[in-house]
Amino acid sequence: MSDTNKKSSLFSVIGASSVGTMIEWYDFYIFGSLATIIASKFFPAGNETAAFLSTLATFAAGFVVRPFGALFFGRLGDIIGRKFTFMVTLVLMGGATFLIGCIPSYETIGFLAPTLVLVLRLLQGLALGGEYGGAATYVAEHTTSEKRGYMTSWIQTTATVGLFLSLVVILTTKSSMTKDSFDEWGWRVPFWISIFMIIISIVIRRKMSESPLFAKAKSEGKTSTNPLKESFGNKYNFKYVLLALFGAVMGQGVVWYTGQFYAMSFIEKVLGISDQVGSIMIWAITLATPFFLFFGWLSDKIGRKWIMLIGMLIAILSYRFIYTQMYEVTNVKHKTEIVDKGTKTAELKENKTKTGMDSVYVVSKVFTDGTTWKETKTVTLDDKNMAVLNEKGEKKIDAKLEASVNDSQKWSLIFWVFIQIFFVTMVYGPIAAFLVEMFPIRIRYTSMSLPYHIGNGIFGGLLPAIATALVMNAKEANKLAEKTGLAIQFDKPYLEGLWYPIIIASVCFVIGAIYLRNDDKEVND
Amino acid sequence: MDALKRILGFIWIVLALLAGYYLVVNQSIPKFKTGKTEDLIPAIIYTCILLPIIVGGLGTFGYYSLTGEYSKDKR
Repeated sequence: MSDTNKKSSLFSVIGASSVGTMIEWYDFYIFGSLATIIASKFFPAGNETAAFLSTLATFAAGFVVRPFGALFFGRLGDIIGRKFTFMVTLVLMGGATFLIGCIPSYETIGFLAPTLVLVLRLLQGLALGGEYGGAATYVAEHTTSEKRGYMTSWIQTTATVGLFLSLVVILTTKSSMTKDSFDEWGWRVPFWISIFMIIISIVIRRKMSESPLFAKAKSEGKTSTNPLKESFGNKYNFKYVLLALFGAVMGQGVVWYTGQFYAMSFIEKVLGISDQVGSIMIWAITLATPFFLFFGWLSDKIGRKWIMLIGMLIAILSYRFIYTQMYEVTNVKHKTEIVDKGTKTAELKENKTKTGMDSVYVVSKVFTDGTTWKETKTVTLDDKNMAVLNEKGEKKIDAKLEASVNDSQKWSLIFWVFIQIFFVTMVYGPIAAFLVEMFPIRIRYTSMSLPYHIGNGIFGGLLPAIATALVMNAKEANKLAEKTGLAIQFDKPYLEGLWYPIIIASVCFVIGAIYLRNDDKEVND
Repeated sequence: MDALKRILGFIWIVLALLAGYYLVVNQSIPKFKTGKTEDLIPAIIYTCILLPIIVGGLGTFGYYSLTGEYSKDKR
């Protein structure tokens, strides 16, 4: 084969693998991005069983099932082949996503609706667990060591591009119809679109041949008959699985989730900027994504280890500073209010479950720099119109903040999110090639998939829950201190959640720096 | 470097145990105690998934490190 043909064949391998993986991430993220509306359609408020199923759908499918998918499909990929396995995961993911968009609401079919959503979400998690390892292994086994970092970095862009695509499709769908239509049926469109993307991807992938290294190993009878036992029952291999997890992927997972999801949730919930958050994320992702390719390429020149670890270290050292800067952008203490434009209202409204009334207090403020700020406090009332108390004997108050900032402040936020995604590109860009090179052909798919999905799915995926719990604990401690007349313990409670990624990434950095090698680029073993 | 890895092995085992203790006492038990549905699933996940990974996984990593499995001659 001529050099030009080789090059074009390699790019078709990368294209087919990346498009499929990107679509799988898209499918996975639209559920998260539409979580609020899905909850209102399938998990009615005030219903305990529905709340249980909802939490299960969020946690179990998103995080816990992924490692099981890695084991199941990793085993298949090491026994049957890479191509077959990631075709199966693609069909499974696409089918599950399309069907979520077809399920009638809770009002129509009752509890069958949330149960079906849960089952399909679990299938999504399983499929995602199997997809990534297959795509990364497949591309890596087609390339030479001099270009492996760059070539596999295309696969590394897919998770971010998938998130980007999900935001764009949702925003476009929303803007093409009225809010009522979107709430009524339009939210289903992003799920239905998935089926077209999947069909295109299947057509492209069908034309591809098996990974040459795997095909050779199979023809020589060198593939494993029991990759799970070989990967995790054999001390020699298992120690590398542990090293991959604790020395690389665990830290990469928390940096990834902090940069993309915690940042998004912080802007939306802590800063209250819910209308502009989509465009802030889209800009930051667009500007940062090329750096996945740059760091993948650079890892071929100077090695993968230190790029990942330096990215981790800078993230550890700068997170608290970055989040302080983000907080200050909307901090109304430093702004001048236009008093005439402010409003205060109080009214009684029927509550969400239509079983009583809520007392709703709204305070709106406008500032000279264009910032708008609106706080809605909802006090739940009982049938005698008395405030319902929580387990601590305090009034049950639901507070919601909605703010908007001017263009220059919006660009400040884009910059700070961009910086965080830049760290993500450092730790995530070279990691596919790094993991592939750590394990031999016969157990590669299984061995690299499990640490990847534990690191990202569990250590990363639990980040929002653990970080939020840390912030809540800090706020509670401050409240208690105020009540008892003591000095408040946490000066900036909104920063406390960052201790989780900082500690996990710090442990990972030390382990990575001391134990990881920088010179293993062999994939023919 | 091999000697340092062995010493650190002990530290990883201690860290795994401390992290496990923190997870159970500060995260899992308080969440089980609230009795709220939304706390139950995270509590189960912390106890049944995260705890074995941290205590078992990091502990085993520490043990391998302590016994010289990551030494240069065992690559």
